[in-house]
Amino acid sequence: MTADLLTTVAAPGVRARRRPVTLVTCLVILGLALFAALFGHLLYPSATQVNVLQAQLPPGSPGHLLGTDQLGRDIVALSVAGTASTLIGPLVVAGGSMLLGTFFGLLAGFWQGKTDFLLSRLTDLLLALPVVLLGVVVAGIFGASYWWTTVLLIVVFAPYDIRIVRAGVIEQVTKPYVESARLLRLSPWRIMLRHLLVNLWPLERTNFLLNYANAIIAMSALSFLGVGVQQGTANWGRQLIDGEQILFSNPAASIAPAVLIIVVACAVNLLADALNADDRKAAGR
Amino acid sequence: MGGGHLPDGGLTEVTAPADVASPALAMPVRGRSTASAVARLIAWRVTGAVVLLAVISVLVFLLTYLSPGNIIKNITGIRPVSPHIVAELRAEYGLNQPLAVQYLHWLGRFVTGNFGRSIEDQTSVSQLFSERVGVTLLLCGMAFALAVVVSIPLGVLAAVRVGGLLDRLISVTSVIGLSAPAFAVGLILLYVFSYFLPIFPSSGSGQGLADTVYHLTLPAVTLAVGVGAYIVRLTRTAMTRELRSDYVTFARARGLGSQRIMWTALRNGIIPVITTMGLVLSFMVGSTILVETTFTLPGLGMLLQSSVEYKDFAVVQFLTLFFATIIVLVMLAVDLSYLVLSPEWRWQLRR
Repeated sequence: MTADLLTTVAAPGVRARRRPVTLVTCLVILGLALFAALFGHLLYPSATQVNVLQAQLPPGSPGHLLGTDQLGRDIVALSVAGTASTLIGPLVVAGGSMLLGTFFGLLAGFWQGKTDFLLSRLTDLLLALPVVLLGVVVAGIFGASYWWTTVLLIVVFAPYDIRIVRAGVIEQVTKPYVESARLLRLSPWRIMLRHLLVNLWPLERTNFLLNYANAIIAMSALSFLGVGVQQGTANWGRQLIDGEQILFSNPAASIAPAVLIIVVACAVNLLADALNADDRKAAGR
Repeated sequence: MGGGHLPDGGLTEVTAPADVASPALAMPVRGRSTASAVARLIAWRVTGAVVLLAVISVLVFLLTYLSPGNIIKNITGIRPVSPHIVAELRAEYGLNQPLAVQYLHWLGRFVTGNFGRSIEDQTSVSQLFSERVGVTLLLCGMAFALAVVVSIPLGVLAAVRVGGLLDRLISVTSVIGLSAPAFAVGLILLYVFSYFLPIFPSSGSGQGLADTVYHLTLPAVTLAVGVGAYIVRLTRTAMTRELRSDYVTFARARGLGSQRIMWTALRNGIIPVITTMGLVLSFMVGSTILVETTFTLPGLGMLLQSSVEYKDFAVVQFLTLFFATIIVLVMLAVDLSYLVLSPEWRWQLRR
């Protein structure tokens, strides 16, 4: 995918000089995040270890660049170690809701009629309730674990995907290539999987990235409210709720994870934006 | 998107099809007669909203039953209870009857305004609600006003010169706003404006109107960031489309004043902004929980959060149903507002 990105960027154009900067910055940020998510626990194996003797050190203390929290955990180490639990769950959410959305969206868009009607009403139901509200009530009451919260979010995110894919399919279905495929009496599944899916790819990709950014925000919001992540786990949302209590003695304890969440979500959003703009340009040519 | 789920207006410019934002247009409207088509459309939408609310109410009712643990425990909380009280509670809540009957009783109590008592402090839910609703209402109102007043002009400014420096600046800022969860923004603002530069208080909701508004300023700004960023993108996309359309080119060619052209374009461009208000509201309800928790404001969001923590079912059920009802009603109103807003419909109705 990276090679693909770089070749698209190389295309000449008025804005070509600006876009690589945005794209490269996003990719560097996401690369660093990926590295921290994969190897964070190896870099700082004792990040979550409590050390009360060194609690609430201000930023700039020797050996603790951003200081420590009320349990004496180093903020830098905790943030790096928390990358995995902050970013991997949402990745599963975005992937899972994309799969559900593609499957049901294809069904609804291709056959329309009754299937479509039922699915649309079901999506109405879930769209009527805010994600955070649903998350807090359902995951909170049932005391959901990290992975159950992930599953809940997949279900909550899927309706939006279904709508997007459905609309994309409805737009494609009237095109000549689909009609030819139908004339050739190809099976509906073959048309959907071999023909429609390829043309839905740009839509899916953009939507996946937007969902990923949203899932990062939603999941850290739930962690901030104490849902989904156990106390003591390294997680940016959890760091925020713990750090807020010592905001005035070590602001870095909560500001650092807050900035990290914003930066990563921004990078994902801008990446979606840049890829989308490239698609538009390609389509315009 | 501070925890809500908003389609990112401008980002999905090409991909988001019209029907995501305008469910009413996908309505089955048959027949030639406009009046009966309108009547059918209204009936269809109202029925849909009622069914939706009914389903949500069943789910909310089932919350107590599906939640882990004993139902009596869920009602009484952590206090110790004697078998005598258990029997009394079973009778009071009709726990020996079939589930459907229990649901109808529960719904009946709800509709007649008996929302039960909080197990936390034994006050009635309606009293708790009336104590807390003011803060949330004022917070959301201030945030919404702020977002609209700032964002719509910014969106229009960006659309006037698409690709210009100002547009790029506004667009990047709005991406940051969309990517920043309410609690993260809140914490940063809290640190900057109540510690670093101690202008605003860090918590509480104040006494009297002026003081309350003063206390709610920082939370309202926090809440407005996400909503505002969304409205900026939406306005920008809609206005760009309008300004590129044939009627604007034609008006320019005919030498109409640019102010007049802008006004007409804005009137048409604002429609998609208004028709996504249901989503904006849904977003605000989600975010108000986060903002109230961040700033320790005694509003409905914090009440919901704490009652979930204490498994205070009566309160959780009431608040969930309350928020869902408001959102469904606003979405219904938005759907019906097509009749007033869409020039096509307006034109047909006038005949």
